[in-house]
Amino acid sequence: MRSLDRKLLRDLWALKTQVASIALVIACGIGGFLGSLSTHSSLLRSRAQYYDSARFAHVFGGCKRAPASIAWRLRAIPGVSEVETRVVRDAQLSLPGVVPPMIARLIGIDFAQPPGMNRLALKSGRWPAPGAAGEVVVNQRFLEARHLKLGQEMRVLLNGKLERLRLVGTALSPEYIYASRGGGMPDDEWFAVLWIDAEALSAAFDMEGAFNSVLLRLQRGASVEGAAAALDRVLEPYGGIGAIGREDQLSNKIVTQEINQQQIFGIVLPTIFLVVAAFILNVVLHRQVNAQRGEIAALKALGYPDRDIALHYLEFASVIVLLGVAIGTWLGHWLGRAMTGLYTEVFHFPHFLYALDASLVLAGALAALAAAGGGALAAIRGVLRLHAAEALRPPSPDAFRPLLVERLGYAAMLTSAQRMILRNLERKPVRAAITVIGIAGSVAIVIGGTFWADSIDWFMDVQFNRVQRAQVNVVFPDPVSRDALWELERLPGVAQAEVSRAIPVRLRAGHRTYRTAIMGLADDAQLRKILDARLHAARLVPGAVLLTTRLAEQLGVKPGDDVQAELLEGKRVSADVRVGGTVDEMVGMNAWMRTRDLNRLARESDVVSGAWLLVDRASEPALLEALKQIPAAAVVLVQRTLLETFRRTSARNVLFFTTVLSIFAATIAVGVVYNNARIQLAERAWELASLRVLGFTRAEVSVLLLGELGLEIAAAIPLGFVAGYGLAALFVALLPSDVIAFPLVIYPPTYLLAGAVVAAAGVASALIVRNRIDNLDLVGVLKTRE
Amino acid sequence: MSAPVFRARAVTKIYRMGEAEVQALRGVDLEIGAGEFIVLLGPSGSGKSTLLNILGGLDTPTAGDVRFLEHDLSRADEAALTRYRREHVGFVFQFYNLIPSLTARENVALVTDIAADPMPANEALAWVGLGERLDHFPSQLSGGEQQRVAIARAIAKRPQVLLCDEPTGALDYETGKLVLEVIARINAELGTTAMVITHNAAIAGMADRVLRLGNGRIVGEQRPERKLTPAEIAW
Repeated sequence: MRSLDRKLLRDLWALKTQVASIALVIACGIGGFLGSLSTHSSLLRSRAQYYDSARFAHVFGGCKRAPASIAWRLRAIPGVSEVETRVVRDAQLSLPGVVPPMIARLIGIDFAQPPGMNRLALKSGRWPAPGAAGEVVVNQRFLEARHLKLGQEMRVLLNGKLERLRLVGTALSPEYIYASRGGGMPDDEWFAVLWIDAEALSAAFDMEGAFNSVLLRLQRGASVEGAAAALDRVLEPYGGIGAIGREDQLSNKIVTQEINQQQIFGIVLPTIFLVVAAFILNVVLHRQVNAQRGEIAALKALGYPDRDIALHYLEFASVIVLLGVAIGTWLGHWLGRAMTGLYTEVFHFPHFLYALDASLVLAGALAALAAAGGGALAAIRGVLRLHAAEALRPPSPDAFRPLLVERLGYAAMLTSAQRMILRNLERKPVRAAITVIGIAGSVAIVIGGTFWADSIDWFMDVQFNRVQRAQVNVVFPDPVSRDALWELERLPGVAQAEVSRAIPVRLRAGHRTYRTAIMGLADDAQLRKILDARLHAARLVPGAVLLTTRLAEQLGVKPGDDVQAELLEGKRVSADVRVGGTVDEMVGMNAWMRTRDLNRLARESDVVSGAWLLVDRASEPALLEALKQIPAAAVVLVQRTLLETFRRTSARNVLFFTTVLSIFAATIAVGVVYNNARIQLAERAWELASLRVLGFTRAEVSVLLLGELGLEIAAAIPLGFVAGYGLAALFVALLPSDVIAFPLVIYPPTYLLAGAVVAAAGVASALIVRNRIDNLDLVGVLKTRE
Repeated sequence: MSAPVFRARAVTKIYRMGEAEVQALRGVDLEIGAGEFIVLLGPSGSGKSTLLNILGGLDTPTAGDVRFLEHDLSRADEAALTRYRREHVGFVFQFYNLIPSLTARENVALVTDIAADPMPANEALAWVGLGERLDHFPSQLSGGEQQRVAIARAIAKRPQVLLCDEPTGALDYETGKLVLEVIARINAELGTTAMVITHNAAIAGMADRVLRLGNGRIVGEQRPERKLTPAEIAW
């Protein structure tokens, strides 16, 4: 081993605690980077593998009722390789002991000849016997959410007739990785997918020899849009409701949004960690180089070239980085496995596939080496400039000058201790700034990682207490006369009722299209409001459509432009409608009109397709029972239950991220504060020991050193609040938002938590250093020049 | 000799340096009277600094008794020693040990802030002839000036003893003499007991009593017949 290498090892060992704390900051960055990105790629791979093996459809079409005999026309669509037609119907579901109504999506399957697409994987139990009308397989998540056992009986309202169905098995489907009635929230307790014998289902809904749902698989390279458009043309006469590609399929869309979040987290947060690590490394190396002036001079005098010396210190930095990368790789692997596991559970992928790509580790290591190398080089440049003779001389005493406040004539306000603290700060502003920025960065990370809970809370509050004030939403599958309102108002417990209208539509502007529904609202609607993220109510312009801002952007239209609305129901009117305005709504891609205008557009009389009910809580069970008896009101949503489910699901993920990020942030804070304190101590040990000799107590001396850090922490925390707000804003802007656009809301307790985590980390590191102050060498200091 | 301020009996100090044991003091007996000017001479490693550190409350003996008036320094804990240094001892070091971020006046004020009955910082600096350079930082002062600030800082608390470890070690001849004059004046005019460690045998002429140390013991003691002024000595 070369002597310089031996020196390297001993220097590292002498600074082991500092080395460890910097390596840990790097490890957090690498860990976050690898964890998030490996989760991202593993989930993409799991999903691709699942979609492949289950032969997930490429195009999804629907209509009212089409005869089976047109199937050949579907097969003839260019690019189509396989066609599957089936019957899918939603119906009301009841379980003993559950008052609020649940929805069952019934999907007809010939169990003797399983479908070639969207193949089910049996998770437990067995398949229904072919032809056994009363047996069903349910999606696994519903069984788990409801704690059901196989053999359970449930009642389903099939076309107005209550039928008993027996649960014989559970299954996973690529189509319902995320089972939801809509709205982008998992809804496992209230929404069941039931696979039932195709003939039995057709018989129950008078769909023999007909279908209302189509799945297409395409040849490699075929256009999804082209196939969907062709499918629409075929289905149009049969009440087609517009085909969508896989990209817009609800379950897939939510899964994609969740997976893509990983990529954003995986890049934004680790970048902060690596930058902070580079800063700390820079400061530590500067100190190391300054402390080793004499040694460097000796090496130069002995004839070592600058390059060797620079390399020596670069190696010092590299060892720390590589140590960090090693720990970070382990951490990333652990985190990635945990997160992939968490998501695999949420998504119910049949196989758990986790892999950490070597190329990702290499990319992370290179990024860390580059960041730290930059920091190290800045420190080393100073060494190379030193002439050997100059380096052998002790550095001249540090030059200080009076503080700004003193120059302004307020010197008397300060004690000696305060002066020392402030002058030190003023003398090394760059280092103080780096410390402050590092600590502020960790505050920001805690906020950026934990504000989601606030955002979700606020979102829930707004969505369910202000936007949709009704607890019960009744949907009529076929439009009914406005008179239904009088009937609903008479139901038990209904305090207020309002009717609404919704028509599925394809909006077109130039070559861009989007499938959604136009919602009709009364001018004076109270139970359903259109509010933006700032709670401003949007006004409906007579005769015009109001679009969610994101939808308007997707269509490339602005207020005053026209969009072509192709109504996918009733008379299937297609007409141009003026865009009356846009609204920054938090959920979905919606289009709004006044009910009267919408019905006029559809060339229909004054009909409605849904109602919102404001209910007196106490009589809610009675109302729900009464609603179950109205066959025309096939679908009933209870907002409160939706809210509870969502809150529970999100709580677990939020807790996991909050914990991980808080630990990461505390690591940064410790890394910054501890290293700073150690450097300060190393630089000022002589001065502090002199004060101890003069009779200053340990506490008084500690104040001088830690007071400076205290000031830096105090300055950094509010700065971190601002940075945290910015980071949260960045996340909100980067995350995909076509399902839900989470608002930028941060409550005071989140700031408090962030400040407390970082302050605690600061205090802990200060206490470790304080121990060293107590053990200052008082005798040694008198015999050495600084 | 007036009533003793320091009384040391059979003082032993053993340092452990890794696996080796170094016996720095081997049973030192000593009494120092109030207002005495003592010079400690001896080669490196003879134990002078160890003795000064123990008398100054920076270190405690391994065995033996050390008393300062009624204080038992050999059995005092860290807090008591800190208090002792704070109230009774003024130190002057070879390398001045000034706080670079404080001006001359503020360096002195550092001590007057925590002392019971200090003299004003300005007065202490006037004593050492630095009344004009109050607001200069250490980096703006010469070595001799810095040492005089250190002396001002040491005497500002009106200590009973002034302990100086090689106070002229880092200074040139002229400046060194200036510093010695200040120490002599303080001893004479304020009656402060002074103890100076030096390698420089010429300084011994200024002392009331000269102690020679060798190998951890006091190997010689001598009282010059006539105490010289700093102006009278040369090296």
